[in-house]
Amino acid sequence: MKQEMMTIISQIKIAPKIFELILKGKLVKEMKTPGQFLHIKVPQADLLLRRPISLASIDQKKETCTVIYRVEGVGTESLSLLKKNDFLDVMGPLGNGFDTAFVKPNDRVFIIGGGIGVPPLYQLSKELKQRQAKVVHLLGFAKKEVIFYEEEFRALGETYYSTDDGSYGILGHAGNLLVKARKVGEPSAVYACGSNGLLKMVEQNFSTHPHAYLSLEARMACGMGACYACVCHLQKDETGTKSKKICDEGPVFPTGEVIL
Amino acid sequence: MNNQLKVSLPGLELKNPIIPASGCFGFGAEYAKYFDLSCLGSIMIKATTLEPRFGNATPRVAETPSGMLNAIGLQNPGLDVVMSEKLPALEKYDLPIIANVAGSCEEDYVAVCAKIGDAPNVKAIELNISCPNVKHGGIAFGTDPDVAYELTKAVMKVTKVPIYVKLSPNVTNIVPIAQAIDAGGADGLTMINTLLGMRIDLKTRKPILANQTGGLSGPAIKPIAIRLIHQVSQITDLPIIGMGGIYTADDVLEMFMAGASAVAVGTANFTDPYICPKLIEALPQRMEELGIESLEQLRKEVRENRR
Repeated sequence: MKQEMMTIISQIKIAPKIFELILKGKLVKEMKTPGQFLHIKVPQADLLLRRPISLASIDQKKETCTVIYRVEGVGTESLSLLKKNDFLDVMGPLGNGFDTAFVKPNDRVFIIGGGIGVPPLYQLSKELKQRQAKVVHLLGFAKKEVIFYEEEFRALGETYYSTDDGSYGILGHAGNLLVKARKVGEPSAVYACGSNGLLKMVEQNFSTHPHAYLSLEARMACGMGACYACVCHLQKDETGTKSKKICDEGPVFPTGEVIL
Repeated sequence: MNNQLKVSLPGLELKNPIIPASGCFGFGAEYAKYFDLSCLGSIMIKATTLEPRFGNATPRVAETPSGMLNAIGLQNPGLDVVMSEKLPALEKYDLPIIANVAGSCEEDYVAVCAKIGDAPNVKAIELNISCPNVKHGGIAFGTDPDVAYELTKAVMKVTKVPIYVKLSPNVTNIVPIAQAIDAGGADGLTMINTLLGMRIDLKTRKPILANQTGGLSGPAIKPIAIRLIHQVSQITDLPIIGMGGIYTADDVLEMFMAGASAVAVGTANFTDPYICPKLIEALPQRMEELGIESLEQLRKEVRENRR
């Protein structure tokens, strides 16, 4: 099964314009890797394209999963109006998630996130904690009031914040946090999701690191590799004709692979 | 097999009229993970050019009310890879394939048309002279009757399978183009390709699509497709594969009543990956409700009642 009418267990506004949506259904059984995404049909008939939204949390016992999204337009706005017990048309899980198989106990691992790129890093951090890694969260937000899941991240490991306006943590972007964290100790793995600027910063810092991963975002149509809407160029392709699709060959890529 | 859904077109004996449209279904492999492709009437594979093409910069898609814009730019791995990998991968399905062929000059079209019919499962070619998203070729061949006539004649000389020419709605009068293609010897028409459109991002104040313009598809264009198919079916006997915003069994039958002999389903695959099998399943009951014995019978009626 790859598509289901999932049941909404709860929907809560957790920060301005940011919603946490918990869904229940058989599709959860398929959700095994952090970093994968759901392709969600918003409840408005004239909006034809699904919205790719990353999985923030997966609970196999309860058969539930959580997505966190920001209202950006009419589609996400109509999604935000759904209530408990409403149904939602969900495809997925799609894409390849974060590789964590190589992580060993006590490995120092950096999780670098920015704004609405932070949600998939929560499930990732939970799984890294299970692997007994020492996770360091470096999270950048625009300002204090849009920060979410602070307690949840702090419960999993060291957590540092930066804000664009200096209203919480240090002033500036997550790159400033990274400089400090590297002085304490270099990471054996790095995972990042956020704006293109944040991803470029991580790419520059860890372009040859064997275990540095970036999760990309793109406008998609099919979400499953057929339409070629979400392609990116490859770093090692002189012809410029080769590409990777963010939906089914990503959304997670190792550093050094795609052009951001 | 259900006879009431069977349709017969040049080169194409289809068990049902439902064909995923070119560009919306890749080369089939992705959708094969969702359902058995053998249930389909045919597949129009992604446009194939002589050389590999990367396509346009991203963003390549944007949403519009009841529609979407795309400017993929004919990304494809080129004829050799399509012949050696993509088409053989479809041989395990009981499925005639329609190969969509594109090019930037007449020689390119001729070269691809001469060879792609060698694939045992390619039973027809859809000649793409109406792609609005490439700088050279594409739509330039589909908006001038003389150019369309010459290209049709040139590819007819070299092809081993029937050729269906894909018409553009981005013309002031589609009739002379259709007549020119008919005179050039084509075996059929497919219509309509997308309508040229644009959307602007209010935050950046610039077009959303990197290509600036893109092709509009989806239910928003269905009435235009119906009108153009109706118009063209009055002036030519060539069979028409109709497309443009099909989402329901009713849409399929409306296309037939306008003059189509089969239909292609595009944007709907993105909304619902199971839409094609669902349409095939839904058609018989809807036909019964409307007193339609078979699609061939409907085609015959529509043809007899022209004008």
